[in-house]
Amino acid sequence: MKSSSTVASFPKPEVGPEMKGADIVVEALVREGVDTIFAYPGGASMELHQALTRTTKIRTILPRHEQGGVFAAEAYARATGRPGVCMATSGPGATNLVTGIADAYMDSIPLIAITGQVFQKFIGKAAFQETDFYGMTLPVVKHSYLVLNVADLPRIIKEAFVVATSGRPGPVVIDIPKDVQQAKAQPVWPAAVELRASKQPRHATDEQLKTVLGLIAKAKQPVLYVGGGIISSGAHPELLEFAERTNIPVATTLMGVGCFPETHRLSLKWFGMHGTVYGNWAVHHSDLLITLGARFDDRITGEVTKFAPHATIVHLDIDASEHNKNKVVQYPIVSDVKFALGRLNELAAANKFQAPDCRAWHDKISEWKRDYPLAWEPNKHITAQEAVRTLYELTQGDAIIVTGVGQHQMWAAQFYNYDKPRTYISSLGLGAMGFGYPAAIGAKVACPHKQVVDIDGDGSFLMNVQELATAKIEKIAAKALVLNNQHLGMVVQWEDRFYGSVRGHTILGDPNNIGSPDNLGGIYPDYVKIAEGFGVKARRVVKREELREAMQEMLDHDGPYLLDVIVPYTEHVLPMIPGGKTVADMIIK
Amino acid sequence: MRHTISVLVENKFGVLARISGLFSGRGFNIDSLNVAPTHDSDLSRITVVVRGDDTVLDQINKQLLKLVNVIEVIDFKEGQAVERELVLAKIKADTRTRSEIIQIVDIFRAKIINVAPESVIVEITGDEGKINGFLSMVESFGVLELARTGKLAMRR
Repeated sequence: MKSSSTVASFPKPEVGPEMKGADIVVEALVREGVDTIFAYPGGASMELHQALTRTTKIRTILPRHEQGGVFAAEAYARATGRPGVCMATSGPGATNLVTGIADAYMDSIPLIAITGQVFQKFIGKAAFQETDFYGMTLPVVKHSYLVLNVADLPRIIKEAFVVATSGRPGPVVIDIPKDVQQAKAQPVWPAAVELRASKQPRHATDEQLKTVLGLIAKAKQPVLYVGGGIISSGAHPELLEFAERTNIPVATTLMGVGCFPETHRLSLKWFGMHGTVYGNWAVHHSDLLITLGARFDDRITGEVTKFAPHATIVHLDIDASEHNKNKVVQYPIVSDVKFALGRLNELAAANKFQAPDCRAWHDKISEWKRDYPLAWEPNKHITAQEAVRTLYELTQGDAIIVTGVGQHQMWAAQFYNYDKPRTYISSLGLGAMGFGYPAAIGAKVACPHKQVVDIDGDGSFLMNVQELATAKIEKIAAKALVLNNQHLGMVVQWEDRFYGSVRGHTILGDPNNIGSPDNLGGIYPDYVKIAEGFGVKARRVVKREELREAMQEMLDHDGPYLLDVIVPYTEHVLPMIPGGKTVADMIIK
Repeated sequence: MRHTISVLVENKFGVLARISGLFSGRGFNIDSLNVAPTHDSDLSRITVVVRGDDTVLDQINKQLLKLVNVIEVIDFKEGQAVERELVLAKIKADTRTRSEIIQIVDIFRAKIINVAPESVIVEITGDEGKINGFLSMVESFGVLELARTGKLAMRR
């Protein structure tokens, strides 16, 4: 009797009709609610593509390079919180995914990367287009599978989605040999897969949270330091309530941009290497630093031993391995941050928690905000900063901004205000140039009713310029605002500051005829012509008085659009805390 | 400091690579490594002996536990576990030295498991002190080959 009742308590798996492995993969994706896949075919994955042609439930988007596909899938995930799915063939197709997988790993993005693999009988024999993709990606995946038996596909794919999205999210690779795709089987669809106890998300205890409230009650100069964990757990409403209830200023990381409204009175915007003066100073002078879903990255802390030197630090994170990794703290707490903040709010309400009197602290911060706002020197030419601010004004802050990597990425974060999560989409941990435009495509596909603008640099944009074809053919109205300074601006800035302005291969055009707003003849390449070749509407803008109108034209256009904004290369991103230095070394002007 | 880390894992391909990768990615050399199935053939126990900075090893242990196929991680502190290793040593031996080697083998409660005209193979189990003591005693005869399991550990 006992055994029969045990069996009955488990939901029964469902057995489907016999089909090819490739069709099982597609059906499994449909069952996971996948509506879009970014997939580039090849010999070892064409069975899967054939299966994709047999479903109407998944939109297959052909990127023009596998790296574009994986960045698009990642941005789909970043914009929605749902896992992004991409696919490539074996060998070079798969290796082209590696940068995107590493990017998802660094920024904790749920991503499913499916790769075709050569027939099992060829594995290990240096067959055509064979690489050990399972082995190659081990250090940059949350988990991975090499599927050896067609019968395992339903369980593996279900498990992959659970792993990618649970706890601290991350990328999962599923490598499927061609014979497994071709083999026929009756799929057994598991009703559920369970994670082992050690992999289940943990929750802070009431004792731990009451301790935190006790610390807050005694604090004079508290700061909330919040990161991407708030966004991935969807804890932004709880954070807003908690900050208001405790009246504590909030400084985000770049990963956390948008998790707390930047126009809120308690916002310090974001801090770190190029973050706000007031954000950095507030963290530095804090006596209580409550870190939520962040990891004390070196771009946040500078010299870590001198980071927040006066503060008692609480570090709440779902990933126990982040505790005491970069910074040893007094109060490490392992918890899902949405649960912890929700419970903190409940406890505070139940105990009639009184926010501490921190008027002097708030006054001090207001002075810093007044005296050291984010700003730039007026210029007779359009500057990148002015372009970003203009975009902010024209979109009234209601757009998804995607970026490449470099100076423009920082300015996009500095001069646009983000009030909602998942609206600043950027490759932050890995810092992968070329992320911007394919990511804008992914975000636009995920959120077709939102204005999606890639604020990019000319160096970054060129790295995946081929994705203009994807946008055109797939009718994806992703906009590219290229801040074209003809240089690799961030490296140039470091050259100017630390290397006597020696240009170590940082000029993108002809070094003997460097293009600029004052030398339009030297501008290289001609992005308007490139875009025309792809059938994408484009325009170059040089004069300040034309910027606003040109940008409005870009925003109003109902297809993809490239706006080439010529800007001087002489601007530096400020403030700046040089690598390994401290707040005291911050360059403000 | 030297750590003996015992990791209970699912018995699947790739698990060992994931675990060793966490060490090699940080430039840690593994002193010894032993992998074998447990009484439940779905599970394996991996015993790793590694030297390294305590805080970094603490990170590695936490990251080991994050791996999907890892069930349990125990970092044994000094004295918490019974530790043993099995060693096979082929020692140069002729009619003149064989009896002396046998004496040493007896003292260490080791076993001779193969005799050849010019060598003997000795099997010895024990903790590190015993194994090192034995090896230093037979060194002068000439150790021709050595194979060892690496340390195994079990909580007292």
